[in-house]
Amino acid sequence: MERLSGYRGELRRALEEEGINIGDLISVRSRGFEYRGILMPRSELEDEWHIVLKLKSGYNIGVAYRPGETVIRRLGEAEKPHFRPPPPPVSKEGLPRVSIISTGGTIASRVDYFSGRVYPAISASDLYSVVPELSEIAVIRSEILYSVFSEDLTPEHWSGMARRVAEEIEGDVDGVVITHGTDTMGYSAAALSFALQELPVPVILVGSQRSSDRPSSDAALNLIGAVTAAARAPFAEVVVGMHRTTSDTEIAFHRGTKVRKCHTSARWAFQSVNTEPLALYRKGRIEMILKDYRRRDPERQLVLRDRFEERVALVKFHPGFDPELIDWLVDRGYRGIVLEGTGLGHVAQRCFKSVGRAVEEGLIVAMTSQCIWGRVHMKVYRNGIMLLRLGVIPMEDMLPETALVKLMWALGQTEDREEAVRLLRKNIAHEFSPRTLYQPWGGVQR
Amino acid sequence: MTLDYKALGLRVGLEIHQELATSHKLFCACPPRLFREEAEYTFLRRLRPTQSELGEVDPAALFEFQQGKAILYEASRETDCLVEMDEEPPGPLNPEAVDICLTVALMIGSRPVDEIHVMRKTVIDGSNTTGFQRTCVVALGGEVYVEGKRIGIEQICLEEDAARKTGESGVLHRYRIDRLGIPLIEISTEPVIQSPEEARKVALAIGQILRATGRVRRGLGTIRQDINISIEGGALIEIKGVQQLDLVSKIVKYEVQRQVALLEIRDELQRRGVRREELREEFIDVTEVFQGTRCRVLRSSIKKGRRVYALRLPRFAGLLGRELCPGRRLGTEMADRAKFWGRVSGLFHTDELPGYGITPKEVAELRSAVGAGEEDAVVITSGEPQRCVDALRAVLERAAEALEGVPSETRGPNPDGTTHYMRPRPGAARMYPETDVVPIPITPERLERIRSALPEMPEERLSRLMREFHLNRKLATQLIDSDYLDLFESICRETKVAPSLVAVTLTETLKSLGREGVKVETLDDETLKQVFISLDRGLMVKESIPDVLSWLANHPGSTTKDAVKALGLELLQEEELWEIVRGKVRENEELVRRMGLRAVGPLMGAVMREVRGRARAEVVRSLVERALKEFLGK
Ligand SMILES: [Zn+2]
Repeated sequence: MERLSGYRGELRRALEEEGINIGDLISVRSRGFEYRGILMPRSELEDEWHIVLKLKSGYNIGVAYRPGETVIRRLGEAEKPHFRPPPPPVSKEGLPRVSIISTGGTIASRVDYFSGRVYPAISASDLYSVVPELSEIAVIRSEILYSVFSEDLTPEHWSGMARRVAEEIEGDVDGVVITHGTDTMGYSAAALSFALQELPVPVILVGSQRSSDRPSSDAALNLIGAVTAAARAPFAEVVVGMHRTTSDTEIAFHRGTKVRKCHTSARWAFQSVNTEPLALYRKGRIEMILKDYRRRDPERQLVLRDRFEERVALVKFHPGFDPELIDWLVDRGYRGIVLEGTGLGHVAQRCFKSVGRAVEEGLIVAMTSQCIWGRVHMKVYRNGIMLLRLGVIPMEDMLPETALVKLMWALGQTEDREEAVRLLRKNIAHEFSPRTLYQPWGGVQR
Repeated sequence: MTLDYKALGLRVGLEIHQELATSHKLFCACPPRLFREEAEYTFLRRLRPTQSELGEVDPAALFEFQQGKAILYEASRETDCLVEMDEEPPGPLNPEAVDICLTVALMIGSRPVDEIHVMRKTVIDGSNTTGFQRTCVVALGGEVYVEGKRIGIEQICLEEDAARKTGESGVLHRYRIDRLGIPLIEISTEPVIQSPEEARKVALAIGQILRATGRVRRGLGTIRQDINISIEGGALIEIKGVQQLDLVSKIVKYEVQRQVALLEIRDELQRRGVRREELREEFIDVTEVFQGTRCRVLRSSIKKGRRVYALRLPRFAGLLGRELCPGRRLGTEMADRAKFWGRVSGLFHTDELPGYGITPKEVAELRSAVGAGEEDAVVITSGEPQRCVDALRAVLERAAEALEGVPSETRGPNPDGTTHYMRPRPGAARMYPETDVVPIPITPERLERIRSALPEMPEERLSRLMREFHLNRKLATQLIDSDYLDLFESICRETKVAPSLVAVTLTETLKSLGREGVKVETLDDETLKQVFISLDRGLMVKESIPDVLSWLANHPGSTTKDAVKALGLELLQEEELWEIVRGKVRENEELVRRMGLRAVGPLMGAVMREVRGRARAEVVRSLVERALKEFLGK
């Protein structure tokens, strides 16, 4: 930690002059009153006129710094806590082997009660000591691939993840767990579903919606569910494993191509759209829900197709939408556009000219619906029929985000437009369902 | 038992927790209310003990987690949102609650901090869905005076109230989250209180100051005190969640008795020469001894296939049955531990045997089975073998602590003022910053605004009421303790009704109507005020007040005029009254002739019986006098 992290301006200079560092015991006198406590770091986002002190009671307070009035003195160094981790449980021989690949987002962590900082638990022994149950489920190998916020991940990172998973599978593991920030976990799951074909073992993406430093975090159970699935699930597909409801009872495994983050903060944010979850973790066991799935088979040979074309855009149509946005993408050399149209798959007639031009210029234009649930039907209304004639490709019941990832992937596989269209239309990882089934409340269970 | 508290070095500190009457909760827009109906929905959670930076984990919490403890939360959309469910980050700290805390701070000379930092205090018993309680220091220092003695205040905190426990069966604990997030002010005194009575008075005085703000919630459970008690050579015991003020002095008294008795037991054990190493983990299955027992508890347990285990406590004979405070013995303390750590239903010990259907012969066999002599005590319990062993290990631990004196514990109050074991005292409070809530600077302008409108201190208010409205001390105190002080002042300003009548009505009359089952809580301030305005305008007499109030309580939304009319209490016109008075004089002609002008008394009585509630007594008296003169003058 930086020695005066967060302190700026005059106050910082005053602290420096006294030779004070964060963690020092200090005295702050102002207007006839003295505060004593340990100097704590200050958030960069706050003003530069308050000193944060940890009092003997453990509480923090902010003390105003008034130049010329406030007298700060260093009293000594506060006693530093010494971390003595308890001996981690020893993992049992003969358990399945699971690799945990960390990409950012902390699924397991330890709080520094002194500074309030959260330290991610990364190493296998860290993980065992924070979530001891893991040692009963699998022998874990863990490593950090990336340390990025999930909104900073790019298609390049998807390729990197796919290659890393392939290497692990090459190394003979029984399953792979990827810890991931939740914001774009659905996109990564879709990308890996297309990039990792003929999977022999399961690949589980997992995250946490409520920070892992809190005793109530969903992280531990999500991780236990994910490692159990990686170790023992009968399926060999890419899935997202997260809480099914608000309760700490079940983890739902959603197919990577059919999953969407549908809530900003709640544990049940991830939902399977237009299908049921593939499987559940309940009371220590994996239960399959869908019957049609690729079975685990360690002998199967993985096919890695890890290239993605970044010049593809997801464009949401709305009242007042300016068709020049489409022209701009064409002019910038984009190779594909996924439209998020209204209802059954429409955009306004005033966009037709720009859409037509995009297709003529060689772009692939695909149509999805902003309704989230349901299927695109472009032959019902005249507008839809016109768009089909212009060469727009309907994406059935595919999620807009999945369609975006799939088009990036398809264009990453080939320079040939026709071949890319063929790949786009082909059902590769259950991204299309042949039937639209009844799902009350969009399948959001309570 | 009489105790010299000063000589014992008694030191008591109080933490008074009072719910604030804000329009919404501390970190969300939910109303600060409880719901009484069935839960609208429930959810199940497990709270995982997290490691501190020191690698330490709260042992009691870890134990409960490993046992599979789960919490079923009961919720309602009326009182709870995703914040209480820990499904959404908290909103900003409720400024209304901060203002109330600042008001209290300025009233008792506490120094507000320049910037408030919200902290997370780890609490994983289930009472907080997050696993921590959000809390912050608002002001430091200050003082209250109780009978001339200065009681220093350490700090004033603002925190969120916890969920309330509604049940427990096995490892499943039920909590209702309606109370979670209601703002709570916490005032901690220095540990300078030196007697049980003083503790009660300090709690009372702080409670009155809080009520003087007019911004606190009322009713059972809205104020709770934690009491920290220690004596010289004893230990610091924290008694949590005392709801009745009347219990405070009793709890302190019994706790001192308990600690004194435990120190005597320690001395006795030392005299007997009992050493720690002699307390051995030898848990012996003695089910055979009780195969044909008449003890109901053991018999039904054995029938279910459970076992009976015994533990010998060398040279403890006579000490387990020794009373610590009324109804609580060292044996009770051991049973508390056994129930918590072993989840058994209880235990028996040889100081209370033979008894409970256990015969002298069984006791003799028990002693010989564990090799115990007359000077030893034997503890038995029944249940699954693992639970028996866990329970007896906890008993052994408690016995070892008896060698040292008083174990440091967190205890909970019993209704009779004694206490029971809750858990070991947690180590240093594990607090870390709540990063979801930004720090709040307290500006001089804000403090100035609050300072300029500070409520009176209870003592000032009391003397002003006595002076200004000529109330006696008792009535003035009752008013201050009631919900109606502001209403009282406004009625006295707006009417000419005697203040003492207003005060009696708003305190004693309402209280006694309430006792008779009248729903006085439905009477709002405006309705009450209208009654006095009607009285002031001569539309009714003061004797009718109780009847009018009862009627209004049963007819919400009605006016005083409706009540007077429905009850037939409209005042008679003077001519009507004059006719009634003259009629009564004629009816009692013989009496009038015999008594002359002294017949006023009996005649008054006769008239008042007829016109009860419909005429003012002064008017009746003057009419009776006039009629008598007229009649006699004939
Ligand atoms: Zn709420």
